[in-house]
Amino acid sequence: MDIDKKIQHLTERLSYIKDIFGDKQTENVRLLETRLEEFVQRENALPLKEKTAAVETIEDLFAFVEKKLENELTPMDKVRIVRHSQRICLRDILENVYDNYTEIGGKDENSIDPSMLIARAYITRRSGKRTYHQPVMVIGQEKGHGEEFRNGGSVTPWGNAKALHYMKVAETENIPVHTFVFTPGSFPIEDAPGAAQQIAKNLYEMAGLRVPIVSIFSEGGSGGAEAIGLADIRLMLSHGYYSVISPEGAAAIEGRVRGGERAGSELIEKCAMQLKMTAEDNVRMGYIDHAIEEPALGARPFHYEFFRTLRQEVIRATDEVVLSVKGFTPFRAMALRRRRGKTIEDLDLENIYVRWSLSSSARDRLVGKRHKKFLRLSRQAFLDRRPFVRRFSAWWYDKGWDIYSYFKYDLWRKHQKQVIYAVEEVDAEARVLVEKVLRPWRKLTNALPTTQGRDDSKERELTMLSQWDQEDEARNGQWSYVSSRSKEDRAITCPNAATHGCLDLWAPDLFGEYAGVCNYCGHHFPMEYQWYMHNIFDPGSIFEFNSEVESANPLGFEGLDVKLEQAKKKTNLKSACTTFEARIDNVKVVVAMLVAPFRGGTVGAAEGEKFIQAAERAKKKRFPFVAYVHGTAGIRIQEGVNGVIQMARCTMAVRRYIDAGGLYLVLYDTNSYAGPLASFLGCSPYQFSIRSANIGFAGPGVIKETTGMDIPPDYHNAYRALSRGHIQGIWDRRDARHNLRQALLTMGGRNLYYR
Amino acid sequence: MLDITKLLEEIKASPYEEVVIRAPHTGLVHFADVAEGTRVVGPTGMWKEIPGTRIATMEREHNPKPIVAHEKGVISKVHTELEGRFVEAGTPLVHLRHFLSKDEVLGIILKKALYLFNAPERAKYYFAPDADKKIKASGPKAVTVHDGQELFIMSRMKREAALNYSGPEGVIYAVYFQHNENVDAGAPLIGVCPPDQVGLIEDVVIRVQTEWIEQD
Repeated sequence: MDIDKKIQHLTERLSYIKDIFGDKQTENVRLLETRLEEFVQRENALPLKEKTAAVETIEDLFAFVEKKLENELTPMDKVRIVRHSQRICLRDILENVYDNYTEIGGKDENSIDPSMLIARAYITRRSGKRTYHQPVMVIGQEKGHGEEFRNGGSVTPWGNAKALHYMKVAETENIPVHTFVFTPGSFPIEDAPGAAQQIAKNLYEMAGLRVPIVSIFSEGGSGGAEAIGLADIRLMLSHGYYSVISPEGAAAIEGRVRGGERAGSELIEKCAMQLKMTAEDNVRMGYIDHAIEEPALGARPFHYEFFRTLRQEVIRATDEVVLSVKGFTPFRAMALRRRRGKTIEDLDLENIYVRWSLSSSARDRLVGKRHKKFLRLSRQAFLDRRPFVRRFSAWWYDKGWDIYSYFKYDLWRKHQKQVIYAVEEVDAEARVLVEKVLRPWRKLTNALPTTQGRDDSKERELTMLSQWDQEDEARNGQWSYVSSRSKEDRAITCPNAATHGCLDLWAPDLFGEYAGVCNYCGHHFPMEYQWYMHNIFDPGSIFEFNSEVESANPLGFEGLDVKLEQAKKKTNLKSACTTFEARIDNVKVVVAMLVAPFRGGTVGAAEGEKFIQAAERAKKKRFPFVAYVHGTAGIRIQEGVNGVIQMARCTMAVRRYIDAGGLYLVLYDTNSYAGPLASFLGCSPYQFSIRSANIGFAGPGVIKETTGMDIPPDYHNAYRALSRGHIQGIWDRRDARHNLRQALLTMGGRNLYYR
Repeated sequence: MLDITKLLEEIKASPYEEVVIRAPHTGLVHFADVAEGTRVVGPTGMWKEIPGTRIATMEREHNPKPIVAHEKGVISKVHTELEGRFVEAGTPLVHLRHFLSKDEVLGIILKKALYLFNAPERAKYYFAPDADKKIKASGPKAVTVHDGQELFIMSRMKREAALNYSGPEGVIYAVYFQHNENVDAGAPLIGVCPPDQVGLIEDVVIRVQTEWIEQD
């Protein structure tokens, strides 16, 4: 009986090896196969004692071969390990790592989203003679060893909403959150709350969640991973991957594969290699704090030793987070520090007791620390060619603003009332005195005849009828920037011509006076970003900063250098994000603009850094912050995790800005998709769109491929996004300036300077 | 009385519709790769989002515009003499032979044989109680309607109003609306035919369903 079980187990191990290596390593596989078969054939003839010995020999052989193969794993093999149905999943972890747990909000397929699993769990520790039960909230994707209804750990928007809900519960209960990332990516549907928008909400809330978060990555697929992966300590299983996109997706983009075809396996393998997605790479780049060593060829449910290690690591990580923000803990902190060098087995963690609930001030420190940790990341992944002197002066300029804004807004605001009262008193006294002194002089001047007429322009403006053609006095029927396409002598057909009966439009009219809007149906043709820069903001008010920060190729991805060079030459920009200060009707704003012509407006380390700097600047200067998205195709996949980490970093910058009392406005223009939308853009409470916009998480091709659903052609249209509640309004391009001004005057954070 | 058999024979004699694709406006014509006998398709896809086969390109004011097929069928004539020439609006460019499908044939027959009573506005419709009882008991064909008869209840946002039938006298041959579902303004509610023609129409429908061979 026992032997049968062991044989069954060995067969499973063999099929696992076969699945992982496919048609590679055939010799080793054949060796194991023949040995196992031989034994099965001989088995009945042998006496029990010999049987057991023989099985043990084969088990040893398996262990040996597995260890040997372990050294030859390629990144793509690791991807296959992570996706294999035999890999450990969250239920195994709950069973083996925690001492007791209750699953919350769902049982198997009867759940709002079976791929997102929430549990309240206990870790029991002994310190001296006392026993402590330490509660945690465990949140993570459940792949359920390939159960169909789990959807492979692809979480729907409402699954992510559930996760967020229980993070908030943990915050109320003041218990730490452990998140386990087991997802190939988010389920890309737009139905409310919307894949992108819900991830953005999760990121935004996690950026300010006032309890310790420890996350453990096994399969970290881009947006789905970020939805629960923003943590104080990020651990990773050594055979896991954490990447901006699946290798298949990257290969499809790199190989320009279209219409349901698949990229070749060689290209996929190469992309997996280049994306630097393994635990080792991520630890080296600093996006993961620590990798947890797994048994050879990856952890499976029978590796009980591994679960013990995982338990220790999780406890240690939580202790570390808590102790780092607790007030006075010299001995335990020292003990923790001393454990760093040692292997986890040498320690008796159970003997060090750390209470995991935090005081209010410690919670503040915790959030502050989290923000600092993420701010430091990916600094090495872009180019800044400014000479030292310039950088130094920029630093001083920043500090100057810090001091100035401290005096002006913090110090002055606090004592404003007293000072104003005092000044008022003095002023009233002085007025009486001055009046007395000047009265004779006034009498004299009033008696003299005046040559100059009074300036009555204000009076006239208020009492006379307005002129229809001068209503928008600033532009007077002219645009300050006219698209170069208006120089072509040709007619353009509106895409709605068949349904709306639009006549052909002459390009000089369309791209000139009509601002790219069909005169008949209002269809918006896409326009250049310069059009907005010069027609929305006051002429001559634009002051660009940080223009020297340059996109780079941090992973050394093949071909990206050339592509970046081309983009830089074509657009005369150094990255896809341009940041500037400008005025709208004398209201000063800081603007971060994602420019579509530069590599599709994709966001990498340079773009993220510029965005963060812009948000910081707006915070310091107490200006409204506008994100104008001319177009973005998502995160720049060739930068790998350097890109995807910008989702968390930028969202945190936005959170700091909004918490400081700022107004953050987003304006979408053409196509806005994926990562940026699922983070720093989607989290804004005020998102508006020009009529030409398409807003969504994944494009139609990706949705078709991952969900098998056909989607209607207008699925991502701005109006659909508005109906789903993803954006707050749609503007006509010609009214953008007016509407933006109106928005700035009617909404706003409490600390904006003009309020 | 309408002779339905004759109508069907007529359709059978010429089982296609001749569609003439004309120049929508003035311009230079460049034919695509089409010739007599080329099969073309109309818009396809679940939402008809994929345009039909391109037949020609018309260029006016440097604005090349594709002329596409709106129905599937076989091209019977291409006015190749117009290639590269400037044509007036309305000039025939291509003749397309579109073979009728079952639904289209039925549509033609029923359109001629039935009187369709349309919904005056978007609302939910129900039969008035006495008609409703009869229909539930013995099917719609048991109900004879006449001009001015109170036949429907129109329900919109919980407000209900009676709706009178207007049109020729006859029995209800077909009901096109569903219980509890909104009907758009102008969509047919019922089809009415003279009582003596019911059997005939049923025969024809069955014949079309079984005998009509659709051609691609």
